[in-house]
Amino acid sequence: MKLSLGPVLFYWSRAKLLDFYAEMAEQPLDAIYLGETVCAKRRALGLDDWLGLARELAECTRAELVLSGLALVEAASELSSLKRLCDNGELLVEANDMGAVQFLRERKLPFVAGPALNLYNGHALAELIDCGLQRWVPPVECSGALIRSTLEQLDGLGLARPEVELFAYGHLPLAYSARCFTARAENRPKDDCQICCESFPEGIVLHSQEGEALFTLNGIQTMSAKVNNLLADYAQLAATGADLLRLSPRAEGMAGVIAAFDTVRCGALPPVAVEGCNGYWHGRAGMLRADEVVL
Amino acid sequence: MQLVCPAGSLPALKAAVRQGADAVYVGFRNDTNARHFSGLNLDDKQLESGLQLIRAQGRQLYIAVNTYAQPDGWARWQRAVDQAAALGVDALIAADPGVLAYASRRHPGLNLHLSVQGSATNAAALALYQQRYGIRRAVLPRVLSLAQVRQVAEKSPVPIEVFAFGSLCIMAEGRCHLSSYLTGESPNLCGVCSPAKAVRWQEDADGLTSRLNGVLIDRYGKDEPAGYPTLCKGRFLVGGQRFHALEEPTSLNTLDLIPQLAAIGVTAVKIEGRQRSPAYVEQVTRVWRAALDAYASAPQNFTVQPQWRSALDSLSEGSQTTLGAYHRSWQ
Repeated sequence: MKLSLGPVLFYWSRAKLLDFYAEMAEQPLDAIYLGETVCAKRRALGLDDWLGLARELAECTRAELVLSGLALVEAASELSSLKRLCDNGELLVEANDMGAVQFLRERKLPFVAGPALNLYNGHALAELIDCGLQRWVPPVECSGALIRSTLEQLDGLGLARPEVELFAYGHLPLAYSARCFTARAENRPKDDCQICCESFPEGIVLHSQEGEALFTLNGIQTMSAKVNNLLADYAQLAATGADLLRLSPRAEGMAGVIAAFDTVRCGALPPVAVEGCNGYWHGRAGMLRADEVVL
Repeated sequence: MQLVCPAGSLPALKAAVRQGADAVYVGFRNDTNARHFSGLNLDDKQLESGLQLIRAQGRQLYIAVNTYAQPDGWARWQRAVDQAAALGVDALIAADPGVLAYASRRHPGLNLHLSVQGSATNAAALALYQQRYGIRRAVLPRVLSLAQVRQVAEKSPVPIEVFAFGSLCIMAEGRCHLSSYLTGESPNLCGVCSPAKAVRWQEDADGLTSRLNGVLIDRYGKDEPAGYPTLCKGRFLVGGQRFHALEEPTSLNTLDLIPQLAAIGVTAVKIEGRQRSPAYVEQVTRVWRAALDAYASAPQNFTVQPQWRSALDSLSEGSQTTLGAYHRSWQ
């Protein structure tokens, strides 16, 4: 089983990003995803900076470096940035929008299908494989059973399975909007947001009126408040056909998270239960935790 | 611009035709469409009778098979496509690349529209669906500003349909798992959002509360109007403040934008609401028919009539409407 570090979904300063990746370069990771997937206004690092960072990281880590593209591509300027990203000429690209798939397909480049692409069955997967998909990160709401049956459906079509990468740890990216909820919470219009999301390195928690943590506001993205953690389900992940486990960066403590997953993939017994949620994996509401409910 | 109206039942279809819809869109009675609500949608007999009426009146019928197929139910999506083709519908509205591929190969003559659930918000994404599946129209998600709609339409390889009126999805359609996070059922996979079976209302001394799978979505004082607990329209706590942190209960209404949408070259405007009553369909269709006709007959003199606005306000969530993402300040 390989371990990957997903793209940073929050907005961090240039200095924080560089420090973070310097630390990550020393971790037992097999793939590191770089790039901005949430908001085009987040420009602490531009495309050239990301590519420069990738070259530096390549010197000190054996991890495969992948460049992730924006998930919600609206303005013409965003589309041309995405085109430049697909044309980078160096790194494998993770497509998070069908626009990126189109650019990569036209260039006959292989790509990773990120979790923001709606691929829920073997026929859809076959279509994207025909476009150049080589690795599939299923939508985060997919259950283990759905992923397994999708892969079996693909087998039935006589196609080789792509690599499968599961979103195994982190706040789940759940939704994308034209509206910036961080700016709304800060009483700022989106066009004058002053990139206020930088003040919230792990987003803003949204609670119910009873104080139950429900969602995390992260700019135009809404995430789970709970951290999805599939470590206790490790045996099933491998049996389902996962090749990589994606660990999605949090503001603190990622080295410890990676170490915990690394220990289990090296043979240690997984924990019986973990903090956070894993309902989606078990075919239930995403916010649930398997050991807390009868699944 | 063509007026495309929703029908979740035969009476709604009849109402839409009566009030001048150019096209009516419907779904089958299963999870192959994005309004898979109990008691909603048309059975085979109703579809045939609806189609007869549509043909007699010279209108069009579209069928939405616009959820994402699950491997175990694949045959159901295939059957839905085959049935739509056999009926001879004027368009099949679909989102799943697998479903689109099947439809375009099995029924090359079938007119395909990319559903809003396909979440294509830019010209490159539209080009992919056009080149691979030969789609002839695309419905844009309700996340684009008017300027962005213009940019997409200019570069789009296919004609564009946009949402004109109805419930406002604040997230990009097809890119929202909030409902499944709380309830296990999502628009993409199950054709539902904030499903009714997960809703609980409770009245106590402090007023009324609405819950979704146990999660408090909103709490209403004695005199406050209560709305359906669509999870993105509840009041939540952010930084200690209680407010509609995602969106107020409100509906999209773009009567004011008719001249701009026409200038952009939008082919069709769509009314949301297959889950709404025949009376809703009747009134919304009547107003929009009148508005589009008024614009067509005298584009330079177009003004929104107060009675149109008040009729639509009364049919809107929370009795208020917005230009939504079309208007940049909403974002």
